[in-house]
Amino acid sequence: MSDNAVEIHVRPEFENKNLGKATDVDVERPLSLFERIANINAVRKFSILLGLLFAWEIYTRVSGVEPLLFPSFSESAGALWETILTGEMPTKIWVTIKILLVGYAAGLGCAAILLIWAVMTRVGSDVLGTLTAMFQPLPAISLLPLAMLWFGLGASSLVFVTIHSVLWAVALSTHVGFMGVSETLRMVGRNYGLRGIPYIFKILVPAGFASILIGLKVGWAFAWRTLIGAELVFGALSGSGGLGWMVYEKGENLETTYVFAALFMVIVIGLLVENVFFRNIEMNTINKWGMQR
Amino acid sequence: MNDAATGTAGVSPAVPTVEPILDVSGVTLQYKTKEHLITATYRVDFQVFPSDRFVLLGPSGCGKSTLLKGVAGYMQPVEGAMKLKGREITEPGPDRVMVFQEFDQLLPWKTVKQNITFALMNGGKCSSRQEADDVAMEYISKVKLERFEDTYPHMLSGGMKQRVAIARGMAMEPDILLMDEPFAALDALTRRQMQEELLQLWDDTKFTVLFVTHSIEEAVIIGSRILILSPHPGQVKAELNAHQLGHSDVGDAEFAQLQEKIHAMIFADRVLEDETLPNV
Amino acid sequence: MSDQSVTSSGVYVRPEFENEIGAAGTGEVERRLSMFERISNIDPLRKFTILIIMVVIWELYARIGEINELMFPTFSATGTALIDALVNAGLLVNVWNSLKLLLSGYAIGISIAAVLVILAVGSRIGSDLLTTLTAMLNPLPAIALLPMAMLWFGLGPGAIIFTLLHSIIWPVALNTHSGFQSVSETLRMVGGNYGLKGLRYIFKILVPAAFPSILTGLRIGWAYAWRTLIAAELVFGGQVVDTSGQLGAEGSNSGGLGWIIFESQMENQTPYVFAGLFMVILVGITVENGFFRNIEEKTVRKWGMQKA
Repeated sequence: MSDNAVEIHVRPEFENKNLGKATDVDVERPLSLFERIANINAVRKFSILLGLLFAWEIYTRVSGVEPLLFPSFSESAGALWETILTGEMPTKIWVTIKILLVGYAAGLGCAAILLIWAVMTRVGSDVLGTLTAMFQPLPAISLLPLAMLWFGLGASSLVFVTIHSVLWAVALSTHVGFMGVSETLRMVGRNYGLRGIPYIFKILVPAGFASILIGLKVGWAFAWRTLIGAELVFGALSGSGGLGWMVYEKGENLETTYVFAALFMVIVIGLLVENVFFRNIEMNTINKWGMQR
Repeated sequence: MNDAATGTAGVSPAVPTVEPILDVSGVTLQYKTKEHLITATYRVDFQVFPSDRFVLLGPSGCGKSTLLKGVAGYMQPVEGAMKLKGREITEPGPDRVMVFQEFDQLLPWKTVKQNITFALMNGGKCSSRQEADDVAMEYISKVKLERFEDTYPHMLSGGMKQRVAIARGMAMEPDILLMDEPFAALDALTRRQMQEELLQLWDDTKFTVLFVTHSIEEAVIIGSRILILSPHPGQVKAELNAHQLGHSDVGDAEFAQLQEKIHAMIFADRVLEDETLPNV
Repeated sequence: MSDQSVTSSGVYVRPEFENEIGAAGTGEVERRLSMFERISNIDPLRKFTILIIMVVIWELYARIGEINELMFPTFSATGTALIDALVNAGLLVNVWNSLKLLLSGYAIGISIAAVLVILAVGSRIGSDLLTTLTAMLNPLPAIALLPMAMLWFGLGPGAIIFTLLHSIIWPVALNTHSGFQSVSETLRMVGGNYGLKGLRYIFKILVPAAFPSILTGLRIGWAYAWRTLIAAELVFGGQVVDTSGQLGAEGSNSGGLGWIIFESQMENQTPYVFAGLFMVILVGITVENGFFRNIEEKTVRKWGMQKA
């Protein structure tokens, strides 16, 4: 490389012998209080939420829009408070939640049975694959007319469609998760002498948990949408039920503030399940294990 | 503190006739984390001349990567100025192409060739696809990846990805090529091979490169001139010549001596860094 | 063991040896599996067989069990009904009616989501606004807005499209936005390095780099929209029965698939309900496996960007 010296511009070396610490500049300085507060996500989002609600209130007051068509925030909140006090809202919520829980649990149970069969035998795996491919794209709500035919106008029809909406989403995701478990982990499991059900629950389930959790979330989202939808359709036909029915009924009676109150509750329940329940599971499992994608 | 003054005093006698390509004078760079404002470099001066293999060397936390990002135009200095061929640097641009350490710097949705032509077309280097194709092929063959021109990046090894990134950088024919520890994530054998290839490429085209590393050996092998930064915040500690040393000299007395000298300079700061660490 | 074979370090030393390989023959090195084994290793074939077996079981169950056709029709009755509906009742028109609504809703929804996300890329306020909105509205089932939509837009396609929009915008915006946010700093800097800015930067760097997330968003958006549409058509069916028929009055062909299912059930034509459901599955599979799978193969899989 010595002949390169002609190509490049050689200049004398130098060294700062007396390089001290820089004193007239902060190496590191805390940000100002305002900047730090503005960096807190929750604070910013909460202010935005308040801003949105405020804009809504102002809009309905200033524009003089017909309250029947678009009630103000304060009226809607008042209606929510009122229905909570009279016990109407808690009753409706409980009706919906009860069906949701029963349907969700039964759906998980069915999925678990199919999955165990699928892990044990190739026929089971093929049956599961075929069934999910067929039924996953079928909106559960479209089975409602049949369900009403088979089970009558009762809660069991709603449970049936809820099961259908949970089952395939969970089965598909979990099956994919199981198949994605590395060969190494499988061999480790068999090395420990695990087989059958213990092998599934001690190795496959935790190893495929990231996928399973996605399935549980998708299953919940479909179930929640299906149930609210089913109650709406149902409401149109029978006239008893939970939150979805309340949205429908109040809409029919042009009690718009109560429609908004019911919608609030639907959002709140959705937020609670997604951001408290599932977020918590996620934190305590895949995040802790460093498995999130 | 008169370090800034001595810094410039050290460089200025070396500029007889040639104009520097890159002129960094008195640059202080700061960035914000969620809680703090951090000064990464403090009043740094240096000049890069045509065909320099200019190495920024220092321990982690000396702001060398931040300095490179400043030159690339990703951040603005709070004081001082950076000039490329006399023009102030205000934003990123294709006249200063950067090669990163990370393997994901190639666009995964483009093949090897498309990665280079995309850069050429969007960087304003070529106006027609045909022209871009020709330039791309020329540089792909320079880094010996002809067989992989239509391969997507995820099929390449780490070393091959870095070669594509280098080919992309050189194809753009920037005024200065910026390399941010480009070989740090490679295994030892590949790294050595890549260093040799880079020097061969340099022998071919004599491009100007600003190279960041934390490896003293790599600095001495790659660099023609080595700038040593002290940590927290980064200040110019020294500028040394290494143009006479390359791969063939590893193990020579002169090589070892220079390595030793640099080590001593950095080590002095290391102690200081360790002492201040608990406060950070 | 004699003492001589033990070294001072306690290791048993044995004599070395070398084998003549090949002298004794090697047995069977490689053999094709039997015909049956090879055929049963073909995935689609096995699944198809299972499908046929299930159909046979269905047929036998409905025939032997002597189930009332109103409750559970045989496969053959369903097949006949499907053909009849396709040929005579114009079932494809109903499918098209549904798809028309869905496609226009999908297109408008994606455009709105795109505008929201582009605004969000520009500033932190925009980003915060979008995340707050999606967080609030994504958990709200779109179908719950139908009663309000009917109030605002009347009983017609306007109300359904509004509901569809709601089911598409939030999942697409949410996934696209989070996809953009997780684009690596390196790729962003590469984009800046080429001098790309504004919309060119978004469409040439961010969109492809976040494509796995965007595709997920599009899929979820489609799934929600499809479910919402069927539900909305069912509710409309209920409405029509209530208010004695604005949609149905023009003849059954003016409604969509959901409406056909509802109507057939009301008229106790269970085989036609099954035929309608069959079409729903068919449309779903076509979109999922035909459309989205195809996009996935040609983009994220080819680029090696798929998650997992």
